[in-house]
Amino acid sequence: MKSYTYYPGCSSEATAVGLGISSRSVAEALGMELKELEGWNCCGSTPYGSLDELEAIVVAARNLALAEKTGLDLVTPCSSCFVTLNKARVHMMDKPQLKAKVNEALAAAGLEYKGTVKVRLLIEALMNDVTVKEIASKVKKPLKGLKVAPYPGCQEVRPRFGFDHPENPIALDSIVEAVGAEAVSYPSKSKCCGGSAVIAEEGLCLELMYKLFDDAAKNGAECMVTPCPLCQMNLDAYQAKINSKYNTNFNLPVLFVTQLIGVALGLKQDKLGLKKNIVNPNKVLAKYL
Amino acid sequence: MEKTQSMSFVKEVSQVPGGEGVNLCMQCGTCTASCPSAKIWEYTPSEVIALVRADMRDVVLSSSSMWCCLSCYSCTVRCPRDVQPTSLFHALESLAVKHGYKPQNTSMPVMYNSFVKSIKKNGRVSEFQMMMGYYLSTNPFSALGMISVAWNLLSHGRLPLSARKIKGKKDLDLILKKLDDVRGDQ
Repeated sequence: MKSYTYYPGCSSEATAVGLGISSRSVAEALGMELKELEGWNCCGSTPYGSLDELEAIVVAARNLALAEKTGLDLVTPCSSCFVTLNKARVHMMDKPQLKAKVNEALAAAGLEYKGTVKVRLLIEALMNDVTVKEIASKVKKPLKGLKVAPYPGCQEVRPRFGFDHPENPIALDSIVEAVGAEAVSYPSKSKCCGGSAVIAEEGLCLELMYKLFDDAAKNGAECMVTPCPLCQMNLDAYQAKINSKYNTNFNLPVLFVTQLIGVALGLKQDKLGLKKNIVNPNKVLAKYL
Repeated sequence: MEKTQSMSFVKEVSQVPGGEGVNLCMQCGTCTASCPSAKIWEYTPSEVIALVRADMRDVVLSSSSMWCCLSCYSCTVRCPRDVQPTSLFHALESLAVKHGYKPQNTSMPVMYNSFVKSIKKNGRVSEFQMMMGYYLSTNPFSALGMISVAWNLLSHGRLPLSARKIKGKKDLDLILKKLDDVRGDQ
């Protein structure tokens, strides 16, 4: 059993609690030991960096310095934390002066960041350490006949730390197929849902999401699957609003990829946080639960 | 607003983490063509870069443009000159904040502020506090339009009303206080 330092991120304990619950359950079932990082703080998220880039790097660096002490790879289920922590890591790697300044600040709490910790996305560790083949071999309830639209979201694929093709991502498809479901292909798969702008620029974001749903539904998808807490919240919590704005009847459950894997592994519903989903997935999953 | 700068604007931008690539731009417009939110930008992504290169500090920093960036990184992967526009726009945002500019046509900075405030209070984000802060400082009545979404989240146990403080909050405070002392001119 391989061990990792686990960095949940804020949303996997709140708006994306289904991601947190299902990540832990699936990791356990697949032999990954997740040891939660003691005393972690916010990753230093995009909004933080937009207001104060240096402070955001320091906030991220505290997590990195804490994680470094464990000597294990850090894994996070959150695509956004994954990017933010890596961004801070790379800034400090490229600029020794910046790293020195960050370390001066960290020293106030007796910490030092050296630059040795690896920051990984949970789903990447599932694919590369556990392997897709191993996941497939542990499937108890193949999701035969289920048509799934894979939606990786931007952060998993496009920033320089991404592990998939930035314009034609296929990693999620391989997981969807490994659990016996059918990966639906649709043209807008790699387009943005609007992310955190949904609060301040709702009109724009509803339009972006409408196009995703329209595309996925026209291509026969019965549900969508994503690793990203923000994409999932947007697509799940705003789906009714999109239906009323565009006079549509989308009823597409949006599952975290770990929830989909968990169903196929035969894990119980409450171990996957399925009741936390707003667009009820029970109908499309009924055959497999 | 601070105007007396010894350094040119483009040089200042190139020294902020993320702004390093500004001089590489050749104005091909690929970033603008790839941007899912370009239509709401006051100046398009490539125009913003041209304005920076033309040293039009006030025009750029008072603009709402870069605040419309969704961080989708489409421009970044397509840019043939490796300008890294996404990071560049975030660098411009942080410069605008540093120099006290407040863009008029978007409430994105208010949302970001409310987000960071919640982090400083608890060491982590509370989405509920973030949303409350945002609506109170913009238009509280617009929160009415959010009731259905908030209820969706709340009724599914996804919007904790009280925020748990992180364990290392005291250490984080010490670190941020120390940062203020050593920050210098960045």
